Amino acid sequence: MVETLSIPSIERQDTGGVIKGRFGKFAVYAVLSLFAIYYLIPLFVVVLNSMRDLPEIAQNGLIAWPRSFRLDAWSNAWSHFCVGGTCKGMQGNFYNSLKMTIPATLFSTILGALNGYVLSKWRFRGSEVLFGLVTLGVFMPGQISLLPWSFLLGKVGLTNSTYGLILVHTIQGLSFTTLFCRNYYVNIPDDLIKAARIDGAGFWRIFHKIILPLSPPILIVTVIWQFTGIWNEYLFGVVFTSGQEQPITAALVALSTNGTNVRNYDVMSAAVLIGALPPLLIYLVGGKYFVRGLTQGAIK
Amino acid sequence: MTSLTISNLHKNYGAVQVLKGINLHANDGEFIALVGPSGCGKSTLLAMIAGLETVTSGEIRIGDRLVNDVAPKDRDIAMVFQSYALYPTMTVRENITFGMESRNVPKAVQDAAVARVAAFLQIEPLLKRKPGQLSGGQRQRVAMGRALVRDPALFLFDEPLSNLDAKLRVEMRTEIKKLHQRVGKTTIYVTHDQVEAMTLSSRIAVMHQGEVQQFDEPQTIYDRPANMFVAGFMGSPAMNFIPVDITLANGKPEVVFPLADGSTATLALAGISAQNARSGAAILGVRPEHLSRHHAHEQYKPGSVVIAAPVEVVEPTGAETMAIMRIGGQEIIGRFAPDEAPKTGETLQLEIDMTHACLFDTASQQLI
Repeated sequence: MVETLSIPSIERQDTGGVIKGRFGKFAVYAVLSLFAIYYLIPLFVVVLNSMRDLPEIAQNGLIAWPRSFRLDAWSNAWSHFCVGGTCKGMQGNFYNSLKMTIPATLFSTILGALNGYVLSKWRFRGSEVLFGLVTLGVFMPGQISLLPWSFLLGKVGLTNSTYGLILVHTIQGLSFTTLFCRNYYVNIPDDLIKAARIDGAGFWRIFHKIILPLSPPILIVTVIWQFTGIWNEYLFGVVFTSGQEQPITAALVALSTNGTNVRNYDVMSAAVLIGALPPLLIYLVGGKYFVRGLTQGAIK
Repeated sequence: MTSLTISNLHKNYGAVQVLKGINLHANDGEFIALVGPSGCGKSTLLAMIAGLETVTSGEIRIGDRLVNDVAPKDRDIAMVFQSYALYPTMTVRENITFGMESRNVPKAVQDAAVARVAAFLQIEPLLKRKPGQLSGGQRQRVAMGRALVRDPALFLFDEPLSNLDAKLRVEMRTEIKKLHQRVGKTTIYVTHDQVEAMTLSSRIAVMHQGEVQQFDEPQTIYDRPANMFVAGFMGSPAMNFIPVDITLANGKPEVVFPLADGSTATLALAGISAQNARSGAAILGVRPEHLSRHHAHEQYKPGSVVIAAPVEVVEPTGAETMAIMRIGGQEIIGRFAPDEAPKTGETLQLEIDMTHACLFDTASQQLI
């Protein structure tokens, strides 16, 4: 008791609990740091390799302290490197990913918000069952829908097209976005909707003027979730598109099998980092809103 | 000219009957309170008047217009909710004008209406704030402002005071009464608080288990409750019920019941109860304020009788003192002025004012 009081650096936690003693605090931070380092080592290695000479990598191995420094691999990976006969680097695939991810994120978020609004505030006979079926998709692995999608994309002529992937990701994302939004909107008091109906507002006006202004926390969560999910998705990209049409995640694989025997570890590292940058940026910018939105309770 | 007529209204949720044939009529400008315990159907009835719940069968007419299938916005009503239901992202001004915006009322008309209502309710300083920055009483005022601004034909209140603390509730109750006196619009007011119902309304509908038990003026409901449910629900502390036998010996109706010491008391009935009494078992209903201390040197008041009653518990509240006494196998509660109040353990000479007593049928529990 006296000891904890005499150490001013130990702050009371939000829960009222106190980590006792200098050693306890040190141990906690040591373990946390160890885990953080462990998780960050692969990223660290990739970052270093993207700035090393290829001969030096070949000589000293992938995991070694750098003895050279150059940024050629980055520009190479972005605009010059040859994959499958064309030498334009990864930029085309990067743009493909953007063209796929941004619309699919927006569409799935908007549709999820509308679904959530209907399933929480305009319930009808069977709407709970419908909601249960929609959320079933959350637990369904993507592989299950590969064949149906391939059949459907073939029928509507959207194979090997970014538009096809937009369609796939919009629909595949609906389970999550609907679940997020519905569970958030359930906490908005029904009296608000009733008052608005008496005030003369209809379905769309209530959505636009009352529901949407209350939605930023959950919309931020949904957008971050969908953006990172769709950007990082690999299976649909590699199955439904090829060559120039591939998103960057699928193209990165082609990079490692470019036909020659030389493994361009420097370019591969830079390309992987380029591919990982957008979700990382989104996370850095929106991470705190993400956590805040997920933990946000009822609106009173 | 807006009356409200409800005829034989039913509401079922699946197999559950929530409302079982409601008949009510509110005259133009009347203040009707719907009062009853939780689950009696009063809020469902209000929601059906508002158009927020569908009608299973029966009719709702506002004025002469049948509104069963009319959308809430087209019923010319305004509603104040228990939770106030203020739009949290809008300012007070935007909350008040939202209904007019939805109906494309010109901006100049809106501004004039807001100015009028804000002055009326003294909420001008709040117009730019958000609901989250308001106290409970202020939110209540804004909610009333939102209802008033459209000048509707019918006002609906759904337990508007139950989220306020006791002191504020009494203040706002007076405000609502003043408001109604100035505006004079037909009002339907749902509450579970019988004091609110008594103080505010021109007529009260007491509801229980999906039926209107009694629909009458407050004083009539208090003095001549239609049945034992109404008698027990209206009034605090509740009316005392004493099982008795009625005899018509000597041509004068009397009630007989056992006392604590094993003897029996025989009390002559008075007033309306005496005229309606038939011999047999019945329930005698006596309100706590019709019990008093009998002073030995005083004459009996006309229609009063005196019995001996041992006092078990005394509960002073300051303004008055409640005393729980035992007669026969039964506890009764009396309401006394503090200087007249009995002491615990005392055997009180209890005077019962029989002119105000009620008699209920033992089987049907209806007023005799």
